[in-house]
Amino acid sequence: MQELRKERLDRGVKVRSESIYAISSLKEIMFIIGPGLLLAALLLILPLFVSSYWQGVLKITGVYVLLAIGFGFLANYVGLVSLGGALFVGVGGYLSGGLNYFFDLPMIVTIPIAAVGGALICTILLLPALPLRGVYFAIVTLVYPMALSRIIVATGAFRGTDGLPGLERFPVGIGPIYLIFIVILICLYLLSRLVNYEDFGLVLRGVKDNELSIKASALHLTWYKIQAVFIAAFMGCFAGAYLTHLYGWVGTSLLAQDFSILPVAAAVVGGPGTIFGPLVGAFILVPISEAMRDYGTLRIVFYAIILVIFVVFWTEGILDYLKRKYEQFEHWVEM
Amino acid sequence: MNDESILKVKNVSKSFSGVQAVDDISFELSKGDVLGIIGPNGSGKTTLINLITGFLKQDKGTVVYNGEDISKWMPHKIADAGLVRTFQFMRPYHTLPAYKNLIPPLYSKRASRTGLGNLGDRDAVAIDILEDIGFERDTRVPFKLAGTLPLGYLKRLELGRCIALKPELIICDEVFSGLSMSEIVSMVPLMERLQEEGITLIMVEHRLRELFRVANRVIVLSFGKKIFEGFPEEVFEDEKVKEAYFGGEDTYVFK
Ligand SMILES: Nc1ncnc2c1ncn2[C@@H]1O[C@H](COP(=O)(O)OP(=O)(O)OP(=O)(O)O)[C@@H](O)[C@H]1O
Ligand SMILES: [Mg+2]
Repeated sequence: MQELRKERLDRGVKVRSESIYAISSLKEIMFIIGPGLLLAALLLILPLFVSSYWQGVLKITGVYVLLAIGFGFLANYVGLVSLGGALFVGVGGYLSGGLNYFFDLPMIVTIPIAAVGGALICTILLLPALPLRGVYFAIVTLVYPMALSRIIVATGAFRGTDGLPGLERFPVGIGPIYLIFIVILICLYLLSRLVNYEDFGLVLRGVKDNELSIKASALHLTWYKIQAVFIAAFMGCFAGAYLTHLYGWVGTSLLAQDFSILPVAAAVVGGPGTIFGPLVGAFILVPISEAMRDYGTLRIVFYAIILVIFVVFWTEGILDYLKRKYEQFEHWVEM
Repeated sequence: MNDESILKVKNVSKSFSGVQAVDDISFELSKGDVLGIIGPNGSGKTTLINLITGFLKQDKGTVVYNGEDISKWMPHKIADAGLVRTFQFMRPYHTLPAYKNLIPPLYSKRASRTGLGNLGDRDAVAIDILEDIGFERDTRVPFKLAGTLPLGYLKRLELGRCIALKPELIICDEVFSGLSMSEIVSMVPLMERLQEEGITLIMVEHRLRELFRVANRVIVLSFGKKIFEGFPEEVFEDEKVKEAYFGGEDTYVFK
């Protein structure tokens, strides 16, 4: 009789280290890309089966997902704790809204311009803060949107508190959901390639581990931080522009702290070990938060409880836990 | 060896809120030299290295490297010019595998200029360099996370980062300290090989016997001042050096 023993599925795949794979069969290829494909399939099928109320929730979730992925990327892979979600959304939103309102440009033009141009503006705004580390950088990113919102109200720029109404809107239905989900999938794919396989991504991870060593390696530290912030700002500004044309309106609520804080909670819930984690966190937090809309500010209590649970009792985060279990899967092999 | 000057340190000073860490130090280095810098704890050796490599800005004085005043340059620009350093308290990228620790230097502009960085796959070049500095190629060691490596490998990794930049001048801050005797014995030939390749070396050390095997000149620091400069053989005949070492609380065993 044939003898069998158990072996971890990743045994053959992970030959020598975390990052070197030897792939020899379709099964092993599926082991690596399977979770990504599953996620993509889920995201693409989900919109077809939900009510129109939940379709609306999915669009908002998409916005927070982009912000959360950007936060996770900067915090976990570059070492920059950015609370700039509101800054990114605000700048992206006001840019696309302004272009549409004052210059009558269609959203097919304003959204790309807002994503790239907004990312540029945000990066330049954050430039002076880039040498700062940890909480100091975080504070600067948090203060900017507050200041911008006060300036808009005080000077009446962009029509002050009234905001810019009557902007071009997305058609109703699931089209806009697919727009943001596909952008999310592309960002996820590119970012996880970047941090796992690209030398540029390794340099960014080096920035997180050891800034002085980056300098000693003849690399311009700030330049790498600039590029990383640009990437996160790009996603955030796109999200802001998306929101603008979702509501057909731009106002100071785009600079609200929610856009800075919820992504942090999502990243904590999802876990720091993957690019995907914050997405999972956002998909849990945003719908619950929407469902609790009736309770008003009590939602904050709910965030606080979830955060405490994850920070104190389950620091690993959901996706890191799943990843660990996934890699421990065993199958039977012949002796 | 030739007499071409590669580094001139002129009257460099640095104080930290009242502590004069480096006090008016000058010295000169020719291509191919191996200069040893010794001195009791806190005598300013690491601070001097930080000043030369741009990690700190001096209060006074200038540093001239290959004929250019680099006093105001940023650290990465100095490294890009081929003047590199190791850190006394090792600074690996602890979440990356050992060989991936060499990717950042190999990704630099200097590496692509010198050809190391674009010799095909950077990973392969990194593993070659690691093998050169004593990571056994066919073991798992080069693939382990740097954060899990023992001290000896981390010291080598510091050197590896320098070598990946194909430097002209390496400043080593205590690469021998904390190592066992056998580890040091295995590292001395590495230092000698770098010297044979024409790389100029400055070595800050407490392990004098091993240092004097490679150094051809020695500077002694005490309380931020240069109190001696000369050949290794003469060091312990000097009264000031004896005073600095044996007069203070530090007890050192020579030879
Ligand atoms: N960043 C700093 N801030 C304040 N004081 C400092 C700083 N760096 C060094 N010092 C002081 O400067 C003096 C010289 O320190 P340095 O680290 O250069 O000595 P060292 O010769 O390298 O000592 P060791 O042999 O212990 O490595 C010490 O008195 C130290 O306390
Ligand atoms: Mg020192």
